[in-house]
Amino acid sequence: MTGATFPAPLVCPACVLAPDARVEPSRAPADAPLRRFDLSLPAIHCAACIAGVERTLEATPGVAAARVNLGLRRVAVTAADAPGAEARLIAALAARGYDARPLDSAALEASRTDAAGRDLLARIGVAAFASMNVMLLSVAVWSGATDSARALFHWLSAAITLPAVAFSAWPFFRAAATSLRAGRLDMDVPISTAILIAVAVSVSETMLGGRQAFFEAAIMLTLFLLVGRYLAHRTRAAARSAAAELAALEVHMATRVRADGVHETVPIDALRAGDLVIVPPGCRIPVDGVVVIGRSELDASLLSGETMPEAVAPGAAVRAGMANLSGPLHIRAEALGADTLLHQVTRLIENAERSRTRYATLAERAARLYAPLVLALALVAFVVWGAGTDDWRLAANIAAAVLIITCPCGLGLAVPAVLTAASGRLYRAGVLLKDGAALEKLAEIDTVVFDKTGTLTTGRPVLVNVADLPPAAFAAAAALAQTSAHPLARAIAEAAAAAGIVASPVTDIAEHPGMGAAGRLGGQVVRLGRAGWVGAAAVLDRTAAWVAIGHADPVEFIFEDELRPDAAETIAAFRAANVSVTLLSGDVDGPVAAIAARLGIADWVARATPQTKVAHLETLRAQGRRVLMVGDGLNDAAALAAAHVSISPASAVDASRSAADLIVTGASLAPVAASWRIAVEARRRILQNIAFAFAYNLVTVPLAFAGLVTPLVAALAMSGSSLAVCVNALRLGQGR
Amino acid sequence: MNVLIVLIPVSLILGGLGLAAFLWMLRTDQYDDPEGQATRVLSDRYDHRPAEEQRRPPP
Repeated sequence: MTGATFPAPLVCPACVLAPDARVEPSRAPADAPLRRFDLSLPAIHCAACIAGVERTLEATPGVAAARVNLGLRRVAVTAADAPGAEARLIAALAARGYDARPLDSAALEASRTDAAGRDLLARIGVAAFASMNVMLLSVAVWSGATDSARALFHWLSAAITLPAVAFSAWPFFRAAATSLRAGRLDMDVPISTAILIAVAVSVSETMLGGRQAFFEAAIMLTLFLLVGRYLAHRTRAAARSAAAELAALEVHMATRVRADGVHETVPIDALRAGDLVIVPPGCRIPVDGVVVIGRSELDASLLSGETMPEAVAPGAAVRAGMANLSGPLHIRAEALGADTLLHQVTRLIENAERSRTRYATLAERAARLYAPLVLALALVAFVVWGAGTDDWRLAANIAAAVLIITCPCGLGLAVPAVLTAASGRLYRAGVLLKDGAALEKLAEIDTVVFDKTGTLTTGRPVLVNVADLPPAAFAAAAALAQTSAHPLARAIAEAAAAAGIVASPVTDIAEHPGMGAAGRLGGQVVRLGRAGWVGAAAVLDRTAAWVAIGHADPVEFIFEDELRPDAAETIAAFRAANVSVTLLSGDVDGPVAAIAARLGIADWVARATPQTKVAHLETLRAQGRRVLMVGDGLNDAAALAAAHVSISPASAVDASRSAADLIVTGASLAPVAASWRIAVEARRRILQNIAFAFAYNLVTVPLAFAGLVTPLVAALAMSGSSLAVCVNALRLGQGR
Repeated sequence: MNVLIVLIPVSLILGGLGLAAFLWMLRTDQYDDPEGQATRVLSDRYDHRPAEEQRRPPP
């Protein structure tokens, strides 16, 4: 704060009474370059939070402006671009009790400005304006305007409709041209034809002084279909921006040691082979390489699904993505580019995606049937009436009526409306839907394949043999574990606290990275750590730590992965619906069998590599199964891409999240089953709406063919059917 | 019927004003955070120029 006073704006009496309410003008140093920082604020929810966050930030030196977006739970800060500026902003917010996390501004850039959505909204605005005015004029015609008055109204309608259609229906014309050039007939072709023919016939009728024109039908059609387009776009854009935010939460930085010994923080992309990188405990290893200095244990569960930490010493090879558990490591970067594990997985994903055939959505399949039929019907009507009455002007009118009546408003609006309602409900259940086709695919599944580590389990170990432990060993272990951040030590400390064990007075505690911890208890050495270091025979196939007091026999502490909340219920829900469940893990047999037994999964595979996971899914597909894959690790990414449809938790690695079709936020697994139920219901609604559209045509097409559809009837039928499918879609949003 | 000469332009102009206002709102980012704008009315901050250049961060 500068302490300078600024005159209160006199226009607002409340501000004079409450001096705190004043906002001081920007105080950013004029010389420092300004930069935009984006911070995620997961907990803000009210007006007081907005004001609090903005006031706190604007009181921070160097900040020019701060603007909270409550809908996105984000704040955009414009501040002087100094080193550590972002950390200072976060610290300032934390001091006031606002939890903030840095977001990678570059990763957000793509989803920030929604140019396409804005463009569609502008077109909707123009179409809505035009259809209101044209409808007013049309009502006058229908209520009996004749002669010169009718001609005036028609000319006015033409003057409004022509430019409005040219602007608003442009997306349909462009899409229709693209699909015609590709030799396809999709929904945009009959839409564009209907709009163009309706306008053309109306203009010619107006010039000839005819009795009826279809201007309002043409512009209303455009409006309804644009709304459908916009809903579809919104659904996609919302999920994309949420996914972009997840990616942006991971700030990819590493600490590099320069040749002169100075440490610098650099983006991971800037690392080169031969660079020396420091990885403190608790961080992930940024590159594939070799340990130069330090001993530690590494957790590879995100890479291979193995839960047993691996001890490393100088000379050991390490992979990017492993988590460093106990001691700081200096790593020499080796493989970069094509040789890294990540790159190999990326290649596997590409292959899997190529072999997955493009899925045709229900709307696309309906359109493929519908589009040629509609065009043929209109042509037949034109030829039959023209040849039968020799009145080609009447024939053109009837063909236009047929096109307008059959125009797939139901389809164009029905499917996006259902998807919007469904994705809103998914969002409330904690699920991000990346595209609409995935929802339809999810409704068809008959097999679920789960990964173990990080998916069915949280990846956090829990001590399971508390009842069998001698109290002395447990108390000593609790004392040694208290000082360590190692996950197994944390599990022992938590279990001891829960069991009410008082830690023994162990002194001289020292942590031996990669081995364990040791201390003194009444003249005896106590050790907690790996089997070999403590002096026990290692038992393969399970995660364990050993405690030895003096020369007594070591005691084994056995750990298991903690199950995610609702894992058992989720599997039971799939079972109950006759969906078969498989467990496919990269971990060793013991833990996999234990988890499978606890959850009652008979069909499990252990020691699966990324390649065997993909092969397993391809076998299932060859058997005609439709598989839902749920996984989180890098070793699951290719399998996620190969499955019919896939879900990954928000805690998954980047590659898996982008390969998955749906993302589950939060710790619970319950949304997996919930999203499947929503998908089944959404598919039923889509089918209902398509059936309704066809039924509606069965009734109205003969009427149009018989020449009984006046512009008034067309307008009523069109808005009536659009309303019906929207209401049906919105019923989906009502559930829980 | 002469009243139409007045009424039709009036209806078009009023509708056109609505359309212009909508396009202006769209262009000045007023649909970016409807939820936040709705709660800002409760704030006691002097916030008279919500989306203008002064507060908008550079792209």
